[in-house]
Amino acid sequence: MERDKGTRAKSVLGQAAAILALAFSFTTVVVLLSGEPPWAAYRYILEGSVGSWLKVAQVLKVWVPLVLCSCGLLYTFQIGLWNIGVEGQVILGAIAATAVLRWGAHWGSPTAVLLLSLLAAVGCGGLWALAAGLLKTRGGVNEIFAGLGLNFVAVGVILWLIFGPWKRPGIASMSGTEPFARELWLPTLAGWRISPYALAAAVAVLALTWWTLKYTRVGLACRAIGRNPHASYLLGLRPDRWMLIAMMLAGGLAGLAGAYQVVAVYHRLIPAISSNYGYLSLLVVMLANYRLVWIPFIAFFFAALNVGSIQLPMMLQMDSSLAGVIQGSLVLATLVVHGWARKREQAS
Amino acid sequence: MHIQLKEIHKFYGPVHANQGINLTVDSGTIHGILGENGAGKSTLMKILSGYIQKSGGEILLDGRPVEFRNPAMASRMGIGMLYQDPLDFPPLTVLENFMLGQVHGTRLSARDWANKLKELAEHFDFHLDPEAPLAALTVGERQQLELLRLLSLGARLLILDEPTTGISPVQKEVLFQALRKLAREGRTVLMVSHKIEDVEALCNRVTILRQGRVTGEMEAPFDPETILAHMFGTPPSPPPKCAKEAGDQVLAFREVSAEGGRAGLNECTVSFQRGQVVGLAGLEGSGQGVFLRLAAGLQKPLTGTVLLDGQDMRGADHHEFKRRGVTFLPTARLEEGLIPGLSITEHFALAACRQTFLVPWLDALKVARTRVEHFKIRGTPETSVEGLSGGNQQRLLLSLIPPSPKVLLLEQPTRGLDVESAHWMWQHLLNLCDQGTTILFSPAELDEILMVADRVLVFFNGRIVLDVTAEEADPDRIGSAIAGRVSDE
Repeated sequence: MERDKGTRAKSVLGQAAAILALAFSFTTVVVLLSGEPPWAAYRYILEGSVGSWLKVAQVLKVWVPLVLCSCGLLYTFQIGLWNIGVEGQVILGAIAATAVLRWGAHWGSPTAVLLLSLLAAVGCGGLWALAAGLLKTRGGVNEIFAGLGLNFVAVGVILWLIFGPWKRPGIASMSGTEPFARELWLPTLAGWRISPYALAAAVAVLALTWWTLKYTRVGLACRAIGRNPHASYLLGLRPDRWMLIAMMLAGGLAGLAGAYQVVAVYHRLIPAISSNYGYLSLLVVMLANYRLVWIPFIAFFFAALNVGSIQLPMMLQMDSSLAGVIQGSLVLATLVVHGWARKREQAS
Repeated sequence: MHIQLKEIHKFYGPVHANQGINLTVDSGTIHGILGENGAGKSTLMKILSGYIQKSGGEILLDGRPVEFRNPAMASRMGIGMLYQDPLDFPPLTVLENFMLGQVHGTRLSARDWANKLKELAEHFDFHLDPEAPLAALTVGERQQLELLRLLSLGARLLILDEPTTGISPVQKEVLFQALRKLAREGRTVLMVSHKIEDVEALCNRVTILRQGRVTGEMEAPFDPETILAHMFGTPPSPPPKCAKEAGDQVLAFREVSAEGGRAGLNECTVSFQRGQVVGLAGLEGSGQGVFLRLAAGLQKPLTGTVLLDGQDMRGADHHEFKRRGVTFLPTARLEEGLIPGLSITEHFALAACRQTFLVPWLDALKVARTRVEHFKIRGTPETSVEGLSGGNQQRLLLSLIPPSPKVLLLEQPTRGLDVESAHWMWQHLLNLCDQGTTILFSPAELDEILMVADRVLVFFNGRIVLDVTAEEADPDRIGSAIAGRVSDE
């Protein structure tokens, strides 16, 4: 048994090394092709993300929504659904939060209004996911297409709101709606770049997700149905119902991430409010091999890439989208290396 | 083709599936490979057909050593393997399937191929319509087609893996005639089986495997007792039949029609009593599969009603049937019955524990421990179900049945099980029926019905054509009813 563990640890390390080698050699080639020095590019990314506490706070600011979305996606991945619609669920959450903050600005205590906006975001994101789930379970529409379609609708809705009913007095622009009053921002401590409440909430969501997946019926049902819906039905589960629940959990957390973008980052609604964090979270979860324990670390790494790559256009003649190249090639390299490992396992 | 296997070894990780097997097969003979599940028969045949690679040893064909790295290489050497589940393409026609994988004659037209197929089929007295979609064929017919395809590829050694599973007695006779003819023409046939009567009827010589080693070799005529002794150590005795008087009516069908299978089900009216063991016979897709699924509430009737304890079950789903004591065990264990990737404990948490928000893991573990022990499942509560062997998976399925079920519906309950496991399973099932459980099962083999059932229903083309008690049921009468001929005696 001990030796077994040892060899397994060795093979995991070997795989990780292979993944990093593949992804970074590909990225290096891309950088070389663009005529820039790769080491400098990597150094700027590193310095720009963890070079100072200020930068780390910046990274954590991105880490929070990635963790929220990734935790939600664990439920849908476990039950065997590809919740591509997570991006739209983030947007809907942001819209719902904005709506509450706009209409409820004078309802009373700002804290209550803030909490209400978070609740509304969770509900709206959940319902948007429920729509994709119903299309899947009742309409027989593949959840990938349902989610993708609803993403386009969500983008349409947010643009319409920003350029229509919620436009700034006089002008409508890509810079979004009128910023909210200070008291409707998520409170931070003096000197903190990131709200400790948001950090605490993200950690709490991580813990809660771990507990739910391990100890509650939700986790067991998701695991069972994702692996064999037919047998699960014979053993007494209702796959359709659980799929809707998993979708709503994922949508709710994505909605919360959307609300965070509104109340803690931009303090208004902008067209790119989701910052593609929904899609990015899909990559995070895949790279984490659908395991919760890896999610905080990989989310941090991805957030660091995102934040660090902002340096590139300033220091080198490069676009910040190199972060996306690294993230994408990491995920592809992971899938390929895991595929090879599986093949080798089957062959032996 | 003369085949010689020397000291063949195969390791699957820590499992030593073939432990130095020596085997010699003369050309022009039919050679049987007998053994219970897990004896290493399939592994050996897959090595010989190039599907997997041996870990050690030597293969000699006509005296020359050969190495196969894939099935195509073996095929070029004249080795053809007929798998238990035919590896063909149901959406295509018979002719298209025949033409697939042909390496020569790319310039021949479809008509040439059709003629070739017809010629070969006539030679062996097979009746195959080249234009028919493969999906409309029975397993037996698909097997015939696959046999012809292998021959047209130039197979001089034919390996058949459990060829008589799932085909009718008539088809079995046709197949055996064809194999005898092939042997007379100088080809070599290797037949893997766990059915002694097939080997007796067909083989010139038999090799018996047990736990990865050769335990015996003998020439026809065979002594079944000796064969059994080589297979199991000691021959098992058949389980005693359930001696219960029939009780109240439990389950009834009233003019039920439904779709599914090849024939669907047509206006079926029948009822079952408490404690009965009923065998549902028939060719695959004759209606017995649909019948079981209707009785389980997994499928809704088009017309008619299913009654459980006299109550109309219209509109009820499987979970409602389940609540009222109906349990269904599907034939495909890992595909339909169990959840690969989940442990034994997790299965009990789903099936045998309180459905509270917090999973009662301690209870589940306790249940798992006791049942693993009671059902002699070779595994621990933490074992993932796909790591269990077929027999142990079946035991696990049995152990998941809720206590004292009212009706038990079993689809091919002993499929892929060796005689010993099958006996053990029936002993357990018949114990249940002593306590009043009604059992309906559709077996892969007729023998099983004759062995345990006290009532037999024969399905043909979506109808029940024969409904008799065990005493009235003789193999010939049932066999002809399966083929659609019902005598009025």
